Amino acid sequence: MAQSTLTIKDLHVAIDGKEILKGVNLEIKGGEFHAIMGPNGTGKSTLSSAIMGHPKYEVTQGSITLDGEDVLEMEVDERARAGLFLAMQYPSEITGVTNAEFLRSAVNARREEGDEISLMKFIRQMDSNMDMLEMDQDMAQRYLNEGFSGGEKKRNEILQLMTIEPKIAILDEIDSGLDIDALKVVSKGINKMRNEEFGCLMITHYQRLLNYITPDHVHVMMQGKIVKSGGAELAERLEAEGYDWIKQELGIEDETVQ
Amino acid sequence: MTETKWSVDESAIRDFSAANNEPEWLLNVRLDAFSKVEDLPLPKPDKTKIDKWNFTEFGAHDAKSATFSTISELPESAQAVIGEEHDEQNVYVQRNSTPAILKLSNELKEAGVIFTDFATAAKEHSDLFQKYFMQQVVKADEHKLTALHAALVNGGVFLYVPKNVEIKKPVQAVFIHDDAQAALFNHVIVAAEANSSVTYVENYISTVETEQSVVNIITEVIAGDNSQVSYGAVDTLGENTTTYVNRRGITAPNARLEWSLGMMNDGNTVSENVTNLIGDGSFADTKMVVVGRGKQSQNFTTKVVHFGKHTEGYILKHGVMKDEAKSIFNGIGKIEHGASKSNAEQESRVLMLSEKARGDANPILLIDEDDVTAGHAASVGRVDPLQLYYLMSRGISQQEAERLVIHGFLAPVVNKLPIENVKKQLTGVIERKVRQ
Repeated sequence: MAQSTLTIKDLHVAIDGKEILKGVNLEIKGGEFHAIMGPNGTGKSTLSSAIMGHPKYEVTQGSITLDGEDVLEMEVDERARAGLFLAMQYPSEITGVTNAEFLRSAVNARREEGDEISLMKFIRQMDSNMDMLEMDQDMAQRYLNEGFSGGEKKRNEILQLMTIEPKIAILDEIDSGLDIDALKVVSKGINKMRNEEFGCLMITHYQRLLNYITPDHVHVMMQGKIVKSGGAELAERLEAEGYDWIKQELGIEDETVQ
Repeated sequence: MTETKWSVDESAIRDFSAANNEPEWLLNVRLDAFSKVEDLPLPKPDKTKIDKWNFTEFGAHDAKSATFSTISELPESAQAVIGEEHDEQNVYVQRNSTPAILKLSNELKEAGVIFTDFATAAKEHSDLFQKYFMQQVVKADEHKLTALHAALVNGGVFLYVPKNVEIKKPVQAVFIHDDAQAALFNHVIVAAEANSSVTYVENYISTVETEQSVVNIITEVIAGDNSQVSYGAVDTLGENTTTYVNRRGITAPNARLEWSLGMMNDGNTVSENVTNLIGDGSFADTKMVVVGRGKQSQNFTTKVVHFGKHTEGYILKHGVMKDEAKSIFNGIGKIEHGASKSNAEQESRVLMLSEKARGDANPILLIDEDDVTAGHAASVGRVDPLQLYYLMSRGISQQEAERLVIHGFLAPVVNKLPIENVKKQLTGVIERKVRQ
């Protein structure tokens, strides 16, 4: 089986000269679902942005590899074509570019010139994914994320995930701002991706998402590091008891990045 | 002051006029204009310095080019804009300054439509043509370049639509520049009489690399009472061609004049596009799309002047600047005293794709009447790195991401262009300009 492995070692990341991540270690294999939880301001989203190559984040130390290939050496588009995907917390809006046109470009970016996906096949696939995510068909022809509600943007991120079928996906707060019905729909889309090859890292500060998508591994992030890891039961305990017990256990007073 | 070098003299103008059997009035216009060229100043487009630009030195003023007998003999880029040859076509093709193909359907001929090259119009429709040529819309003595144009005009087309005639399909003109030596002083007149309607589409195409050449274009549109004129243009002149292009129209009461302009030249360009809304209740709409690249410098002044009451003027311009291209977008809405209940709206947006690209948008409203409405919007900005990041995070290459952003930026104008043919052509031209 072609399972992929994303390996993050001693990752330090700074933004505008300020260090946010202070030595993150994490390994995600195909077939595994990981969740990173933690209060706000602990560096969770920074991790996702650094993996994808956001222009503002600077990796100052450590490594990220995908199947042994140095991800940090790759441009953003190369990372994506190597098999990484990031469902963003705040997706950009792009005027004049329709959702369908954008998706098709993304699909064709992975295919050789002259071997582009046929329009019919593409539309069929998109229609069926949109049905599953209960998206209006007219969203295909609307400009990318422009005027989309918060929930529509999240669904649209999952539509891209389902269309692109990456090896490893990072979902950055895909649950924030979703009502329970929307959360169920989005979860359904993510669960459909589940197979032996697909690896996923969910970043959230609500346990709620994990009621619908059961993680194999749960990590807690504080002060720019992963401070505790466990199985699904860890998320349940966090839901019931909050984060204070971890802080006590580890002697942490302020969990945010200083 | 340095002496301007002239590529032609008075006797050359006389010879040229005689060779084309021009009526005497036209020779007189030429000579009168030529006598003023030296003393008249260059136009002063706001924020672009053009005094070092070459408008006056060129190879041949009277370049004779072989003609084409069928559309299939035309260069591919020209065929692409005309499409398959058929009997109902109304198309004029000019090679440098030589008329090459003219097709006008019998239906339009019978309706009294005149569509012919400049020299033939002056010769065979002398009185009618004289009424329009640099009389009502653009005057020869406005500045050095209008005078030079009047003196040296060597090509162009005349389209006359009689009263009550509605032309359904676009009438097309294609001006091909394929002689590196040839200078073009092209004059286009579209005169639409009362209650008529017409769509005219023109292309300026360079198929040759030149070291330096000069193109000087003046268009005059006379939109009669309650007429509708839709004027489309896609300019794709070459890198070392300096272009002065002045497209101007006047409207009688209740006339509508729409401009769809794709300004895709690769060389330095000064473009003036003016509509004088003379008649009450008349309407002007200008839509312009620009892609600048290389080291070219361009200035686009778009102006709507409201004289009549209840007149409406709209300007919408979007431009993308690549490489080291520079562009100034001047938008002027002017409402004269007495033009009550008028509305002047404009929007200009410039997107810069590189550190060295420059763009500037200057919206100007000059209002001399109380009872009016007016508005403007302008923005100049660089491409948002987060947009590119987002697109690239889906595997799309930087080049393709930029292409999508550019298309997206221009789409709100391109999609609204009233002429389908121009819309289609522009999409293709933008594609080519963006890819290189």
